[in-house]
Amino acid sequence: MGEKLLEIKDYSVRFTTDKVISRAVSHVNLSVDKGEVLGLVGETGAGKTTTALSVMGLLPKYAVETEGKIIFDGQELTGMKERQYRNIRGKRISMIFQDPMTSLNPVFRVGDQIADVIKIHNPKISQTEVNKRVDDIMRMVGIAKERKSEYPHQFSGGMKQRVMIAIAIAGNPDLLIADEPTTALDVTIQAQVIKMMRSLQKELGSSVILITHDLGIVANFCDKVAIMYAGEIVESGTLEDIFDKSREHHPYTEGLFASLPNITERTERLTPIKGLTPHPSELPAGCKFHPRCPKCSEICSQGDTPPQKQKETHMVQCHQIHEEEM
Amino acid sequence: MSEKKILLECKNLMKYFETPRGMLHAVDDVTFRLEEGKTLGVVGESGCGKSTLGRTILRLLPSTGGQIIFDGKDITKLPDKEMLNLRKQMQIVFQDPFSSLDPKMTVSQIIEEPLKIHKLYNSKEKMSERVSELMEIVGLDDRYVNTYPHELDGGRRQRIGIARAIALNPKFIVCDEPVSALDVSIQAQILNLMMDLKEELGLTYIFITHDLSVVKHISDEILVLYLGKMVEKTSSDRLFENPLHPYTKALLSAIPIPDIAFKGKEAQVMKGEVTSPIEPPEGCRFASRCPNATERCFKVSPEFKEVEEDHFVACHLYE
Repeated sequence: MGEKLLEIKDYSVRFTTDKVISRAVSHVNLSVDKGEVLGLVGETGAGKTTTALSVMGLLPKYAVETEGKIIFDGQELTGMKERQYRNIRGKRISMIFQDPMTSLNPVFRVGDQIADVIKIHNPKISQTEVNKRVDDIMRMVGIAKERKSEYPHQFSGGMKQRVMIAIAIAGNPDLLIADEPTTALDVTIQAQVIKMMRSLQKELGSSVILITHDLGIVANFCDKVAIMYAGEIVESGTLEDIFDKSREHHPYTEGLFASLPNITERTERLTPIKGLTPHPSELPAGCKFHPRCPKCSEICSQGDTPPQKQKETHMVQCHQIHEEEM
Repeated sequence: MSEKKILLECKNLMKYFETPRGMLHAVDDVTFRLEEGKTLGVVGESGCGKSTLGRTILRLLPSTGGQIIFDGKDITKLPDKEMLNLRKQMQIVFQDPFSSLDPKMTVSQIIEEPLKIHKLYNSKEKMSERVSELMEIVGLDDRYVNTYPHELDGGRRQRIGIARAIALNPKFIVCDEPVSALDVSIQAQILNLMMDLKEELGLTYIFITHDLSVVKHISDEILVLYLGKMVEKTSSDRLFENPLHPYTKALLSAIPIPDIAFKGKEAQVMKGEVTSPIEPPEGCRFASRCPNATERCFKVSPEFKEVEEDHFVACHLYE
């Protein structure tokens, strides 16, 4: 086991409006070691991005209640003063957002947008040094340095995502959170970006939290996996724990795999998970997945969250699973 | 093999756009036949002309050249009035659920619109019954009936688009990336639903997507486009077993496979990106990215021809 970089302990987020309380994240426990790549998998509304924004300290200040702790490199992030947070955000932890088309500022040159990050975190740095760093970073993400005086609209989707990655790594972060970094890209471009991210991660030794719904990318890129459903981590473990089909898994994980059209074999019909993801304001009692679960029995719809079964690194939160078969 | 009915035929279909920098060849010389009840998958990357092809076939865009024959009738130059009537039979599910739904209409108004235009129901109750039924089919919760699109996430918005397209029980639907915006578990539901609808209503699809695993699952035949040109066309199974064109091979190897047995297997990462379709150079349009390109590829455009039974490819390697 490596050294722990990030620890999320029993962390919950609730959004409250006039009458509605939305439980976006409930009792999440996660940890990321130095140099490790964690895949955070789940569907729309599972709470992946809310978890990521919590680590970044970017949750809105109003209508939000949080519980639990987020500890980064020994420091507690939860409740940290904004001024202190600025020394961490963008410098030690940074984030790549999902949509490169809308996340870049259209009226600034891309080189300047990258330089901004360097200048903010190194106020005393000289302009020549900044220029040199910008060139270095652009080389690392595979953009010709001549293009730094161009504007975002002159870049293609894949190239824009490289600019986003360049901005994210400009502060040499220890932890990089990539929120669906390749979802908006074509497969061949996605393959280029993933390959580049993998070699960057090795070169810089950063830890990465990769938020995705694509199990294919997870299998290619991650060391550890956590599956999120309706704000909870329902299964987590090493890549082998999750992808080994001979072991027992959470019914949601199984459902996710069965939903994927298989490229290597011909399947006549997909097996989707029935029903819809519940709205975070109307979560069912008991196991949040039970109304959609094919293995559901009476116990699943009652009481609190099901117990977490643990076998070495593998955790499954389900009544129906037996530790021996995990 | 009995002669099947051809529902749609495209002959040398072309769609060029005029731009300040010259002609943009969005769809160039596309020819195919689509049997009734079959699904043709159209694959390619952004900008390869797959959406333009779909829209040109539906006459949402005027074609520059070639013919579109739908149900035995040349519709290339059909007057708008007759076209309107025909639109009951040809529908589209759009790619972008953010711009294809009117922000000032509620969910039920959007789904009702085609029913109203074609005056299918005369009582309000029947109409709203049909709307609820359609919403249920596409997995939209009833409580969204009076919400506006901006209140919903991309996935739910796309469901509205699908409900709207199937509202008229059409014969033929162009599905332009209909599941790209959906979550995998929902995507599987929608794909199953579309396959069910196809069986039940005898629908014929053109399924446009960049997601190869989806296209394999749903299509009978697959057409691969690159910069507006057809590069390969064959049955879905054959394309995945034996891809011939270097571009198809690169596309297939770029798919991340959700199985750790494939971990570390380097995808054949293609260099460069799709080049500009404006006044494309002579020769093969893929040549500048192709690992097998020879001098000839840059000079002579390869012919699209049958290299084995029912397997067409446009590449100098197979001549």
